[in-house]
Amino acid sequence: MTRLAVFGATSAIAGAVARLYAAEGASLFLVARNAARLEALAADLRARGAAAVTTAVADLNDLDRHPELVERARAALDGLDAVLIAHGTLSDQAACEADAGLARAELTTNFLGPVSLLTALAPVMERQNRGSIAVIGSVAGDRGRGSNYVYGSAKGGLGVFVQGLRHRLGRSNVAVTLVKPGFVDTPMTAALPKGGPLWAKPERVAADIRRALDRGPAVLYTPWFWRWILLIIRLLPDAVFRRTRL
Amino acid sequence: MTGFQDSRTYRAWGRAHRFAHAVARPRFADEAASLLAAPDGPTSVLPYGMGRSYGDSCLNRDGGLLDARGLDRFVAFDRETGLLEVEGGVTLADILRVLDHAPPSERRWFLPVTPGTKFVTVGGAIANDVHGKNHHEAGTFGRHVAGLRLLRSDGRVLDCSMADNPELFAATIGGLGLTGLILRAAIRLKPVPGPWMESEDIRYETLEDFFALSEESLAGWEYSVAWIDCLAKGRALGRGIFTRSRHTGEAPAGAKPRTAYEPRLSVPLDFPGFALNKASITAFNALYRRRIPAGGTRGTVHYDPVFYPLDAIGLWNRMYGARGFYQYQCAVPTAGAPETVRALLETIAAAGQGSFLAVLKTLGDVPSPGLLSFPMPGATLALDFPNTGAATHALLDRLDAIVAEAGGRLYPAKDGRMPAGLFQSGYPRWREFAAHIDPRFSSSFWRRVSVPVDQPSLGPSPGPSDSPPSHSPSPSPRP
Ligand SMILES: Cc1cc2nc3c(=O)[nH]c(=O)nc-3n(C[C@H](O)[C@H](O)[C@H](O)COP(=O)(O)OP(=O)(O)OC[C@H]3O[C@@H](n4cnc5c(N)ncnc54)[C@H](O)[C@@H]3O)c2cc1C
Ligand SMILES: NC(=O)c1ccc[n+]([C@@H]2O[C@H](COP(=O)([O-])OP(=O)(O)OC[C@H]3O[C@@H](n4cnc5c(N)ncnc54)[C@H](OP(=O)(O)O)[C@@H]3O)[C@@H](O)[C@H]2O)c1
Repeated sequence: MTRLAVFGATSAIAGAVARLYAAEGASLFLVARNAARLEALAADLRARGAAAVTTAVADLNDLDRHPELVERARAALDGLDAVLIAHGTLSDQAACEADAGLARAELTTNFLGPVSLLTALAPVMERQNRGSIAVIGSVAGDRGRGSNYVYGSAKGGLGVFVQGLRHRLGRSNVAVTLVKPGFVDTPMTAALPKGGPLWAKPERVAADIRRALDRGPAVLYTPWFWRWILLIIRLLPDAVFRRTRL
Repeated sequence: MTGFQDSRTYRAWGRAHRFAHAVARPRFADEAASLLAAPDGPTSVLPYGMGRSYGDSCLNRDGGLLDARGLDRFVAFDRETGLLEVEGGVTLADILRVLDHAPPSERRWFLPVTPGTKFVTVGGAIANDVHGKNHHEAGTFGRHVAGLRLLRSDGRVLDCSMADNPELFAATIGGLGLTGLILRAAIRLKPVPGPWMESEDIRYETLEDFFALSEESLAGWEYSVAWIDCLAKGRALGRGIFTRSRHTGEAPAGAKPRTAYEPRLSVPLDFPGFALNKASITAFNALYRRRIPAGGTRGTVHYDPVFYPLDAIGLWNRMYGARGFYQYQCAVPTAGAPETVRALLETIAAAGQGSFLAVLKTLGDVPSPGLLSFPMPGATLALDFPNTGAATHALLDRLDAIVAEAGGRLYPAKDGRMPAGLFQSGYPRWREFAAHIDPRFSSSFWRRVSVPVDQPSLGPSPGPSDSPPSHSPSPSPRP
């Protein structure tokens, strides 16, 4: 029976991943900051087949609590086969440009939070000498763009951190994957106009993440075509890129 | 927090109405409450489920929609007693998926009542108090709702059942989404021996045969329905295929249960409107009928094709072209039912309109708790009509006259055009119901059918601003 811990469990993408594990009869440990929502999720996952669901309420910007949360997850599940770090916020770029305090807060949520969690997780996983971790980054981290470089830099920085951690934990049979979704139809993107072939449902992205947690690739673009879109975007010479309005 | 966003993509299944809405998609009950509390939201709102209603009862032109599909969680499931509590946006397909994956050692449960598609939400099933092929035994969906939790626009969350807030409960069963947002509901499931059905198809020749078969099948057959060839005339009028089935514990050798839990996306493009014409429909109907040999067929099959044959075709509603279609479903009382059905079929056959999907079924006398529930003891006839504008409307007006004369009613879930007079005569308790409507909730359908009428009988459709552009049809994308 698989044991999965999810940080940021109320995320639409994380919720869809948790459902896939529940249907397989996995045991789950869920962390989120809204207690009522967390309970609703836990009850749902139990009815959908999870062997056991344990929850912890925490604001993940409360970085000091991370070691304790990781230890509770390990203890509740008696070991960790898979871990998903999913929480995040889509920063308001214009507001961040006007207010460095807000920019710092966004970097805390999207960069420092995951970094601190992973730092607490690493020794636990090392000791187990097995398991896999998926961290949700973003295609926005592949190249800084005028329209969202605060969020992009957090996700990009997280990408380098995950890359390094993967290198380190590879020696302990632990796979660490950076997940880079494109446009996903979730509450995070509620204010954006949607529709068209670039938009994916969270269930689609979740199925890719589920597979990646078994196989442990370094990077997962999801859906797959974003790998090629981002390849082109990264390769655009600066002179050309500066004239785009991405 | 997700707020309301402008959208032009929310349609009903018939696709004849194309309205703009401000749509919000709450994922959690507390979000739904904040959306209703926000000062800048749309003036009126209406819950929206899977949009499997055909006309404007799930639409709120230029107003707000609360897309409830994000409220898709199971709350509790007692596998011993079969009491299942789910949020309002959980679909019947979601429920079947969980029921089908029960460990073999455990009891098997099934939906107590199911409509002809599993892609409807529990909220939608309650709001239309849907019925299935077992109406004569089980009554409507609402009869199996042990209780529900309603969110009102003033922020109150009310638990309703026969014991608590019984009047609001009765108004919400078949309440067309107007009494508030159904956050969750508890449903009493039905024990079954397994996923298999014993099913029999009988080819029959006359309308009298249909009523005789229905009568005969009352004993021992839980489910029955007939597909009819609505273009057959004269002596052949009403001929078709009568299907009856019941759950069975015996599995056919070598067969594996297989349910498609996700809607298929076949027919992805709008067919050109001319693909469905009288000649193609006549040909289809003749072939379809002859599929069944004169002696009938009998066998053990999985529940999915028995209950949900159309789900296998996916977005078949697109076959009717860009102008969409209407479904006409009426219920007529037992006394005179054969004559009324005959009169309806004669009118349709004479007009040469109608389509593949014509369904006839008898309704039983199990009462519903709902104030506006559609079924009545008697028979129900349902047909699709491609929207050809004025000609379609003229035929439907003639059918209205027959239904009204017989003391029958039309089904709001399928309707996008019934005149207010016919609604008000068909649903005599509608004023009593109206007292329970949430002041912030409204729908295009409701604004249309609740207008004052001089004489509560018939009249041409009033056609206020919410009515579809049927007489000046929208241009087809292809010639
Ligand atoms: C192929 C097909 C076969 C069908 N067969 C049958 C049949 O055999 N018998 C039958 O009775 N019907 C049948 N129907 C009709 C269908 O069952 C009903 O229209 C049903 O209500 C659709 O549910 P929905 O989730 O799509 O809701 P929608 O169509 O989106 O909405 C229907 C109503 O429910 C309300 N509503 C939705 N969610 C909520 C909520 N959470 N709280 C409060 N109100 C809510 C809406 O406001 C609206 O008034 C069929 C439809 C199709 C397409
Ligand atoms: N949607 C996209 O298009 C897209 C694209 C690329 C990457 N991503 C990434 O995918 C991940 C999941 O996002 P989503 O699309 O599923 O959106 P979502 O449903 O809005 O999920 C984001 C989640 O993060 C949680 N969260 C934010 N700050 C938190 C904090 N301080 N403590 C605890 N939880 C916190 C939120 O919790 P509350 O519910 O309590 O607010 C919410 O559940 C994010 O990392 C996001 O950056 C998304």
